[in-house]
Amino acid sequence: MALDKPYLDVPGTVIFDADQARKGYHLNQFCMSLMTAENRERFKRGERAYLGEWPMGEAQKEAVLARDYNRMITLGGNIYFLAKLFSTDGKSFQYTAATMTGMSQEAYAQMMLNGGRSPEGNRRLAETVVKERK
Amino acid sequence: MARITAGVTTSHVPAIGAALDNGRAGNAYWTPVFAGYDFSKQWIKTAAPDVVILVYNDHASAFSLDILPTFAIGCAESFKPADEGWGPRPVPVVEGHPELAAHVAQSVIQQDFDLTIVNKMDVDHGLTVPLSLMFGQPGRWPVRVIPFAVNVVLYPPPSGRRCYELGKAIRHAVESFDEDLNVQVWGTGGMSHQLQGPRAGLINREWDARWLDLLIDDPETLSRMPHIEYLREAGSEGIELVMWLIMRGALDPMVRTLHRFYHVPASNTAVGHVILENSR
Repeated sequence: MALDKPYLDVPGTVIFDADQARKGYHLNQFCMSLMTAENRERFKRGERAYLGEWPMGEAQKEAVLARDYNRMITLGGNIYFLAKLFSTDGKSFQYTAATMTGMSQEAYAQMMLNGGRSPEGNRRLAETVVKERK
Repeated sequence: MARITAGVTTSHVPAIGAALDNGRAGNAYWTPVFAGYDFSKQWIKTAAPDVVILVYNDHASAFSLDILPTFAIGCAESFKPADEGWGPRPVPVVEGHPELAAHVAQSVIQQDFDLTIVNKMDVDHGLTVPLSLMFGQPGRWPVRVIPFAVNVVLYPPPSGRRCYELGKAIRHAVESFDEDLNVQVWGTGGMSHQLQGPRAGLINREWDARWLDLLIDDPETLSRMPHIEYLREAGSEGIELVMWLIMRGALDPMVRTLHRFYHVPASNTAVGHVILENSR
C-alpha cells in the first residue's frame, strides 16, 4: 500500500522525505564535501571536473552549474545541504530563498520586512498560485 | 540531586550569528531582534544554570546522509563550532557534561527512547546561536552544554507527541542524577519559516501566537498536532518547532511565563523566544 503523503498538496514546496533523500544522496554529499576550505578552492578552480568525482546524474550536475536551486531541490537536494554550495559562493539564505521565488533580493527582503508571505491562498494547491504579500 | 529549574526556547537563525560575529548587531535591522533578549541575558545571570540540555537540529553539519539519527545525545568533553561553508563561527568551544550526558542516555534509553550516543561531533548554528543570544559574546561559555540533536531535516521528524514524551523522560533521568546540579532544557528552531521553493518567505504570525499559547498552557493538546499542519501553516522549516515540545515535556504541566518575545523578520524567519519556570 502506498504511503500517505498529504504534503504533496502544499504549493511551491518539496518536502525532503526518504524518497527525495534517496534521489539526492550524491548531490547532497557533494555539497557536504564543500565544508573544508581546501575542497571549496578546488571546486572553484574547476566546477565541472570536481562534479565529475561524484556519481550524480547529468541533470543534477547541470542544476548545480546553473545554481538553479529549485531544480536541485526537485532532483533530491535539501536546502541545508545546498547551503554549503551557496555559502561557497558567498551568498546568504535570504539571497538564495529570493532566487527560488523569482523575486529580486530587494523585493524579497521588503516582503519579509512587511511580515513575510501570507499563508492565505498558499496552503493547498487547489486554492491558488503562490503569491507575494504586497 | 539534579533538577530542571527552567526552560528556554528560541529561534536559531544563522543570520543572527553572522550579525553578531560581523559587528552588525547594532544595525537598525537587528536592534529589535537583540532587544528581545535583553531581559534574558540579565535573567540567566541570576538563574545561573550549571548545565543546559540544548535541544537543536544539526543542519547537515555533523550528520550527513551517510548517517542521520533521529535523536542523538552528545556525551563528549567538548564540541567545536562547525565549518558550515564559510568557516566556523568565532565563538568559544562548547564544554559538555559527559557524566550527566551518559546518565541521561542510559536512563532515557531504558524509558524506550532509542538515542544515538555521539562522542565526536561539531556543533553548528543551531546550537551556538541560542548560546550567543542568551550569553552574548563571552570568552568562554559560562555553562556546560549537553547537545541533544533531533532530526528535523529529513522528513519525517519525530512526532510532537514523541518529543513531548521524550521531554518527560529527560526530566525523569535528570532527577535521578545524584550530583546537585541546576539544569535547564532549551528547545530551539522555528518559528514559522520556509527557506525553499516558490513559497519561501512564508510567515504565519497568528498561527505562531496560537502555537505559543498552547505550548505554555495546553502542551498535551499541542503535542497531538500532526506534521501536516506545521508544513501548511508554518512553512516547511517551521516543523523545527516540534523540538520546543521536548523542552516543554521536561517542565511541570503548569508553568510561569517569565518572558515572551516575537519578532518578524530575522532574514527569512519569525523569531520566537520564551522563558518558562516551574510554578512551584
